[in-house]
Amino acid sequence: MSKKNTGDDIWKNNVEKIVKLFTLTYGSVVSQLCRDFQNNYYEVNQQLDKMGYNIGLRLIEEFLAKTGIKRCQSFKETADIITKLGFKIFLNIQPTIENWSNDGKSCSLIIPEPNPLTEFVELPITSDSKIGKELWYSQILCGVLRGALQMVQLDCDVNFIKDVLRGDDRTEMRLKLNKILKDEVPAGED
Amino acid sequence: MKVYSILILNKAGGLIYQNEISSGLNKLSANDYLVLAGTLHGVHAIGSKLSQSISTTNNLKNTEELNSIQNSNILSFGKALNPNNNKSGLQSIETDFFNLYNFQTVSGLKFIIITSPNDNFENFETSNEIFRKLYILYSDYVMKDPFYSLDMPIKSILFDKNVKELFR
Repeated sequence: MSKKNTGDDIWKNNVEKIVKLFTLTYGSVVSQLCRDFQNNYYEVNQQLDKMGYNIGLRLIEEFLAKTGIKRCQSFKETADIITKLGFKIFLNIQPTIENWSNDGKSCSLIIPEPNPLTEFVELPITSDSKIGKELWYSQILCGVLRGALQMVQLDCDVNFIKDVLRGDDRTEMRLKLNKILKDEVPAGED
Repeated sequence: MKVYSILILNKAGGLIYQNEISSGLNKLSANDYLVLAGTLHGVHAIGSKLSQSISTTNNLKNTEELNSIQNSNILSFGKALNPNNNKSGLQSIETDFFNLYNFQTVSGLKFIIITSPNDNFENFETSNEIFRKLYILYSDYVMKDPFYSLDMPIKSILFDKNVKELFR
């Protein structure tokens, strides 16, 4: 192979590289947080959630601007749009929705493998058994959803209940609608 | 249609951004712009209360249905639609000297542009297209600026530059 060709190859799959940089950046954030909080994983989860929340508050505007989505009629519609459009646009994955509660206010999102955040990650369970029970590695996603939904006047709880990293069979996120903040819905919509 | 001025209002009706795109309007004092923003916000809200009772008779229910039809269209065709969510509030003011258009997002932000008067119907479409582009600029250059705090005045030079570029 000539020198020129080697050079060309480096620039191929640029998008893939950016994804890897993103995965690595997130990994270093999580591991730094673990160090900063002396392996207090509850605190680490909380910090990740907070960071995600602040991202969500901002990310929702881009989502609305670039899709033109209107206010949803039901929470089922919302969940559909989150998975088919939100996750697709920002992470290029499409979680599936399962386990709707009877009142239609909570459901599970199954994050498909490979989860872009955890592609190269293995929790050091052998040296630190606590980490496999306490850390929710992808907790930032919960925060993002919570923040974004709050900006469109949906007060939600979002948390992980299963994670492949911990040895579970799948990565499952629970989404629960607490209430619609009717007072804060901007005037002039209907 | 010539755009004179742009205003951006936060959820509470506070003015967070104002920019003269081209000359033609008298300049107001900073305080007057704040008052203008607050007044438009109020008129918009009260206007939507008025129109709500008018529309109960024929199409109040339709809005929700329309929304969900539109959403499912976006999902199935993957084509973005206009993000304007201002249905029953103040949409435009037309005078002999200027027109004013008002756009509202699902999150409650308002974008307002003041343009030259022009009485053909295209104006509404044109303004919607301007608003869509402005909203995208806002979502990129304001929301992604990690040092910008939400609901505060926008002092981003980068955003200024891109807004100017949009109207060139």
